[in-house]
Order: sequence, then C-alpha cells, then structure tokens
Amino acid sequence: MVEEIGTNTEGDLIINVGPQHPATHGVLHLVLTLSGETIKKVEPHLGYIHRSIEKMCESLSYRQFIYVTSRMDYLSSHINNHACALTVEKAMQIEVPQRAQYIRVIMDELTRIASHELWWGAMAMDLGAFTPFFHAFRERETITDIMEKTCGARLTMNYMVPGGVMVDLHPDFQKDVKSFIQLYKSKFEEYNELVTGNIIFQNRMKGIGILSKEDAISYGCSGPVARASGVHCDIRKLYPYEIYSQLEFDEILDTAGDSFARYMVRLKEMQQSIRIVEQLIDNIPEGEFQAKTKAVLKLPKGEFYQRVETARGELGVYIVSEGGTTPYRIKFRSPGFSNLSALEHMVKGLKIGDLVAAMGTLDLVIPDIDR
Amino acid sequence: MFSLEGITNTVHEWLNNHFSPTLALLTEFVLVGVAAIALFALLGLGLVWMERKVAAVMQIRLGPNRVGPKGIFQTTADTLKLIMKEGLTPDGADKFLFNLAPYIVMIVAMLILAPIAFAKNFQIWDINIGVLYLSAVSSLSVIGVLMAGWASNNKYSLLGAMRSGAQIVSYELSAGLSVISIVVMTGSLSINDIILSQQNGWWIFKGHIPAFISFVIFIIAVTAETNRAPFDLAEAESELTAGFHTEYSGMKFALFFLAEYINIFIVCAIGATLFFGGWMPLHIGHWEGFNHVMDYIPSSIWFFGKTIGLIFLIMWFRWTFPRLRIDQLLNLEWKYLLPISMFNLILMTIVAIMGWHF
Repeated sequence: MVEEIGTNTEGDLIINVGPQHPATHGVLHLVLTLSGETIKKVEPHLGYIHRSIEKMCESLSYRQFIYVTSRMDYLSSHINNHACALTVEKAMQIEVPQRAQYIRVIMDELTRIASHELWWGAMAMDLGAFTPFFHAFRERETITDIMEKTCGARLTMNYMVPGGVMVDLHPDFQKDVKSFIQLYKSKFEEYNELVTGNIIFQNRMKGIGILSKEDAISYGCSGPVARASGVHCDIRKLYPYEIYSQLEFDEILDTAGDSFARYMVRLKEMQQSIRIVEQLIDNIPEGEFQAKTKAVLKLPKGEFYQRVETARGELGVYIVSEGGTTPYRIKFRSPGFSNLSALEHMVKGLKIGDLVAAMGTLDLVIPDIDR
Repeated sequence: MFSLEGITNTVHEWLNNHFSPTLALLTEFVLVGVAAIALFALLGLGLVWMERKVAAVMQIRLGPNRVGPKGIFQTTADTLKLIMKEGLTPDGADKFLFNLAPYIVMIVAMLILAPIAFAKNFQIWDINIGVLYLSAVSSLSVIGVLMAGWASNNKYSLLGAMRSGAQIVSYELSAGLSVISIVVMTGSLSINDIILSQQNGWWIFKGHIPAFISFVIFIIAVTAETNRAPFDLAEAESELTAGFHTEYSGMKFALFFLAEYINIFIVCAIGATLFFGGWMPLHIGHWEGFNHVMDYIPSSIWFFGKTIGLIFLIMWFRWTFPRLRIDQLLNLEWKYLLPISMFNLILMTIVAIMGWHF
C-alpha cells in the first residue's frame, strides 16, 4: 500500500502540486517532498506555458515585438511595453515628448496598483479567505475601465510605442483617475480591517518564509520581495528613467524578510503609487504625445539594455542588434523567475500551508517566468 | 395554533384508530424516516442557497438570481446536474470503502437528527441521554471522512483525511466540555428537560459569564468539527485542492456536500437548544405582557429562527477569516480552548452548586 501512495526511498511522500492546482495561479508545477505535513524539498518545474516569446521577437520588427511582451507578465503589460519602448528609444536616441513621459509614468503606476490589488486578493484566497478577492477587484475594475477608455484594452494594453504612446489620453482621463484615487483612499482602510489586522492572518504570515538580505541578493530577487529583506533595489530610485527622478516618493524597505514584511511592502507601495499619480495627474503638459519617428525603425549595430521596475521587480530588456529592422537576439530578465528560485530556501522545514502563503507573497505570474 | 404538535397527534390517533398498534407503530417509523429524508434534502438545498446568498452579500455580488425567484431553485438545478453526472471510482481505489464513505457520513448526519426538538413536543426520539447520544454519534462522521481519504488512493485525499481526523477528534473535547457545562446547570441529559429548564430565561442569560464563555467555545469547536472555514483544513482548497473528497464526483460528492450542511444545521440546532432555549420563546422576568406576546409566536419559528441565526454566524466566519495552519489549529485547541473550557466547567459547577444563576 505504501508503494502505491508514491514515496521515495526514504519513505517521504512526494506530491505534485500543479500544473493544475489552485495555489499555483497558473501552470506552475512544484514537486514537493513531504515528511508528514513538513516540506523537505520543493522542486519547481517550468515550461508549461513557454511560448518562446524571445525567439518570436527575433522575426518581428521593432514596432511589432512590443505587442508580444504584453503577454509575458500580463498584470503589468504597460510596464513591459514601456521597457521595450525605452530600449528602442535608448538605442536610436529618440527624444520622448514631456507629455508622453507623464502619461507613461501615470499608466505605469496605475498598472502597479492594479497588479498589487490582484495580488492582495489572490494571496488572501491562498490563505483561505475568499471575500478580499472581490473587494480588491472592485477597485481594480475602476483602473481597467480607465485603461480601456484610453487604450481600448483591459489587460494587454500595447499602448506604449517607440517615441511615446500610441494615442492621446481620453478626455475623461483626469476626471476618472481622480475619482479612482478618491474611491481607493476611502476603501483602503477596509483592506487593513479585513485582512492585515486579522489575528489568524498575522499568525500565518509573521516569521514565516524568512529570506535574509544576503540570500535575497544571492538568489537575484528584486522588487517587493527583495525590498522586504532590506535590499535597496527600486530601479525607479537607483536608475531613474523617464521623469521618476523629479518625483517625490519613498522606496519602501523592511528588514524582517518574512511573508508579513513582503505583504506590508506591497500595501505601502500601492499608497506610494497613488502619491505619484496625484503629483502628475494635474500637471500633464500639453503637446505631442509621440515623437516623430521613421516608419521603419532600424537600431544601430550593438547591444542595448534597459531595466525598469515592474510590479514584481526588475525587468530587463537586452537587445543585440546587427543593424537590421529586427533584433538579432533578444532576452528578457524577468523578476518572477529569480523570485521563484528563492522559494525552496524560504519554505524548507515549514508546513504545506506555509508554502502556499509564502508563494502568495512572491506574487508569481507564470507566463512571466516561462515567457 | 400553528403547532406541529397537533399534526403529529392527529396522525397518531388516526393510525391507532384504523390499524393494530404494531402496524401503527411501524407506519409511524416509516413516516418519520420519510420526513427525516425530506428534511435532509430540504435543509441541504435551503442552506446551500443561503450560503450563496450570504457569500454574495459579503462579496458585493448578487449571488444566484436566475433559476426561480431570487435563484432559490439554483441548488435544485445543481443537485439534478450532480445526480446525472457519472460517479467515477478512481483506478487503484478501494472500491468498497470508497463507495461506502459518503453514505456513512450521510447516515451519521441523519442519525443526529433524532433527539433534536424542532418544536414544542415535536421530537423524533426523546432519549433520556440525549446530549450524550449527540456527542457519541457526531464523532462517528470522522470515520467516514478517514475512509474516504484513505480509500481514494490519492495523496491529497490522504493528507486531508489525516488533518480532518486530528482536527475532529481534538475539537470534540472542547465541544463536549462546553455542552457538559450546560448539563451541569440543568442536571439532565435529556434534550426536552434542558429546553424546559429555560422556561424563565435562556442559559446564555441565566448562566452569567461562564455560560457565555462556553457558548463562544462551543461555536469555535463546532465550526472546527464541521470542517468549516477558518478550520476547513480537511478541504483547504488552495492547499489540497479539495482534500478528502478530491476524487469524488456526481452524487457521491453531493452526499458529502449535503452532509456538511446538515451537520452545520445540527450543530447550530444543538447550540440553539443548549444556550438559547430551543423552541422556548424569549421571556423576560415579570414582563407579563411581553411574555404573552412572545408566546403567540409558534415554537417551530423560534427554533428555526435561532438555528438560522447561528448558521448565519458560522457562514459569516467562513466568508471573513483566513484559514489556520494545521499546527496552529491543534495548538489553539490543546493549549487554549481545552484549558479554558476545563476551568470554565469548574466555574460553572461552582455557580450551579451555589445557586448563583437566576
């Protein structure tokens, strides 16, 4: 009977979590080695949603390949597009108009809020609380509506193009964003009342899945995961792009490195994003929303790299150009992949419930890991 | 007026006038059985609908609203779908135990209905050890759960069943102790006597703070015993997909599902009986007029009203709290609830001996 259940030679239970499992939020496959409820080993298996986006990009022009990147980390598609557009602009030395820069930053921050909203709901669901998911979607819906009005899309935006943005803002944009900010501020306390202050929630999160500063650096973690361990790694602060250097916002750092720290960092980041949007929304300058560029873009020969801060961490775009109309090689450095690699270190010796909770705080988006 | 007592008496007299006593008794057994099954089905359907509506209100949604007025036939439609689905038995499963398990869980749920007083003099079986019977029979359901988990030949099911076993066995202690604290006050194990002892006030008011503490412990313990969130570790959707009933489909799954809701109804009915006086109307001291008005409300409405109130409380828990971890769950029971309820029992005994209660 023991053999039928499926164990290894030491008598440990081996369980496949995924590729279809509610906790993995996609097609991630984890092979767990368990001793009772205690986790001895976690082995992530990737590749279930590999679409070879990087290879596809090699046969697409510099205007086209941006659309594919919306499908990588679908929760921050604006920021993915932004990174690609920035790389092309950097290589061709295109001057982006002020208005476009403002619009891009506002869109990025709204995307960050929307992404963190979804993460908040999904993570509460991982812990067994279903209601927060709907509360989070109430606010997220407003953002997607704003996006839809301007870009015509709710998830895969494809709004940022080399030289600026594709179309100008919808006339209602400022009004909508302001009413969203008001709605968000009135509802934010609910998040803390419903989830953060809950004693069960705190017991599940505090002191669980600890990642030290050294480990966070050596695993290459970035974004809120690394910042919760005290790593100063916000690209918006370290290597400011667009107008981030002129903006006032705080880089949220925590030193605990546990699941609760990661949770709090994201919650506070949402408020910082609101702060950035508030600074910009009334001051969007008039003018062009797109720089004059040639119809066919040709990058000079060479290698180009640009990094941006997505909702999950550092996204790097590396383009090798031979001088043609399509990239010779392209490589994305996705934040989720590195963050996932720290999972085993975080949950070794903990219970199954902790694995799910810790994985929730990593905020994994599987198409971003697999590409 | 509106008393269910009248119906049973009429049926009883009619049967005894027309048939021999033995045949009349047998017919009554059959009638009671049919009534229990009908109640089982109705409660299951009603409570599932109620849960969906409660969840919808808490989650800013509408909930079922298409099948019938306010969607009341949605669960009927779902049950029909489940009946028509194929009941798969996984390869490598222990077929006999696998198929037996849902029936055990359901039978246990139905057995517990026996001593519950639904209205004044409306009770299937007024057994003199009613409370003991309830505690004894309700512990049997864990056997069905363990059986389902083991026989499924699925690792998730096995983990879920083991969790469930540890959980139900632990939490039964607290539930039992808080029930005993009411028995100490009443001096009787019979459900009917316990209700009658609350003629001039419910135990939750009469028993001072100890009664309130045992009510809180009771509600926590029965939420855990019925495997409801925040103690739904046996199912733990995000961890074990569906826990012990992962491999069940069709009507066998529906039986587990219905049994869960019947169990909720039963534990809430027990809670209402012990702490809120069952079918006993609300009486306040010497307010004769008020008490008289309360007496006009039929006893069945009192009973079901109190029970549904408690069910709402348990549903509220589910849609608010996150889930505990297995070690935290067992810590909560063995390190906090059990010592508190033991101390509370002593306190209750002192209150009962000194006659401090009202």
